[in-house]
Amino acid sequence: MNELAIKAEKLSKNFGSFKAVDEISFDVKKGEVFGFLGANGAGKTTAMKMLIGISTPSSGKASIAGYDIYNETEKIKRNIGYMSQKFSLYDDLTIGENLRFFGGIYGLSRPDIKLNTEKVLDRLHLQKEKNALVKSLPLGWKQKLAFSAAMFHSPQIVFLDEPTGGVDPLTRREFWDMIYEAAELGTTIFVTTHYMDEAEYCNRISMMVDGKIEAMNSPKELKKQFNASSMDEVFLDLARKATRTGD
Amino acid sequence: MKAVTINQISKTYTVQKEKTIALDGVSFDADLGEIFGIIGPDGAGKSSLFRILTTLLLPDSGTANVMGYDVIKDYKNIRKKVGYMPGKFSLYQDLSVEENLEFFATIFNVKIKDNYQMIAPIYKQIEPFKDRKAGALSGGMKQKLALSCALIHKPDVLFLDEPTTGVDPVSRKEFWDMLSELKQHGLSIIVSTPYMDEANRCDRIALIQEGKFLSINQPNKIIKEFKRNLYSLESLNNRIALKALKEKNEIHSCHPFGEKLHITLKENQEIQFFENLLIQNKIEYQHLEKIEPGIEDCFMELMLSKQ
Repeated sequence: MNELAIKAEKLSKNFGSFKAVDEISFDVKKGEVFGFLGANGAGKTTAMKMLIGISTPSSGKASIAGYDIYNETEKIKRNIGYMSQKFSLYDDLTIGENLRFFGGIYGLSRPDIKLNTEKVLDRLHLQKEKNALVKSLPLGWKQKLAFSAAMFHSPQIVFLDEPTGGVDPLTRREFWDMIYEAAELGTTIFVTTHYMDEAEYCNRISMMVDGKIEAMNSPKELKKQFNASSMDEVFLDLARKATRTGD
Repeated sequence: MKAVTINQISKTYTVQKEKTIALDGVSFDADLGEIFGIIGPDGAGKSSLFRILTTLLLPDSGTANVMGYDVIKDYKNIRKKVGYMPGKFSLYQDLSVEENLEFFATIFNVKIKDNYQMIAPIYKQIEPFKDRKAGALSGGMKQKLALSCALIHKPDVLFLDEPTTGVDPVSRKEFWDMLSELKQHGLSIIVSTPYMDEANRCDRIALIQEGKFLSINQPNKIIKEFKRNLYSLESLNNRIALKALKEKNEIHSCHPFGEKLHITLKENQEIQFFENLLIQNKIEYQHLEKIEPGIEDCFMELMLSKQ
């Protein structure tokens, strides 16, 4: 059954008379890198909260990793990873402690936690810094570590909310290298970004405008469709149609 | 006179005996009426620099002047002359839009109507919501209110610390249009951003990384300083091509840029040489051309050359 990682049908969320998310329908395939774009206030965060099982939809259907978005939110949470730019790691814990914490809350066994920790430290070349407090790390390293923490329990899907905001251009590319590595091993990636070059690294993109998905396709096809030379132009073209303001 | 002159400014923070160098002997001048951009990632030292220039933080060493006033000796004069919009939301959430503006006008001892003309193009957009509490505004509206408040006392120099971080491309473009308009009033603007594509909206820029300036110049001159031939490659599979190219001795750098790869060669050979290299290594591609670098190419090249 699990060829689709995410399936959403006419998913909506209203706050009073305000339709924050207005009947969005889309599928994300297993192992796909799916970019979820839109202007501030278009409804991305609200939609994402429903998909990760922390906000109940007003109407519509969705399944995440095969689990129902209404009745199986605990199972959803166990099978996904989540990382945002704002919250990712505990500053006052060391690198090792952060990873142990994430492993612990997802119920990994001690030997698994140990093994995975070694893997992460090797991958990020952080063996020497294992006992350093996270707050002493440069932002780029923190973000790469946060991604590893979100991936620590080998989730089926990982949700990344603006993971590279403010990160230097070299580290941003290293971060995307990690995203591709995870996708090649079968993890589904659901990512939001304000960097339009990063939008082009996605297999497919959806563009939200005023709570609705106004366009969805591969970056190449979208550029063709909008007769644009870059994703930036596609974004500007679509987002200008918005009548809502801000977030 | 210059809007800002700084000379060999350094700042170090010590937290739990660990030293972090925020600024490492940086120097620059910004001319009157200029939009001067300070461009670099988070943690590069941008906010420390802004706090020193707005007299909220003392440098360890070096000198800095704003509108001819010294940041240490004449801090009171500087505070009257500058507007400052910090990176984090700086308004009073429980006051209304109008009350916030009134508050800032009062502390600077000015009347809103005396300087309404300058803020009008910005403030008019949020005036219909003037009774709404600032905390209940959308991100874009908060930004417009914060900018209005930073301008209400007619400052000579405006300091904007990452005004567009986390803001979508459309709103970012609108914000820069507002800045270009403000420049027409003769205002000097010092603005920081992590977005390399905003460099071209500035008259001059300083690229900053780990507390040091990598380069200071007009954006097009920084691009001219990029001495290597830069090739843009559209391959059938960028990830495979990237891996293969990074292992080749002839390659100096290879970075993904959207659906293309940007590549420079160690010996800076012409395109024919590169084409042959691709064919020899069986790297399939659809399109190859020599291109002009952008600021992001320059930034990465400068980062690599300093490592």
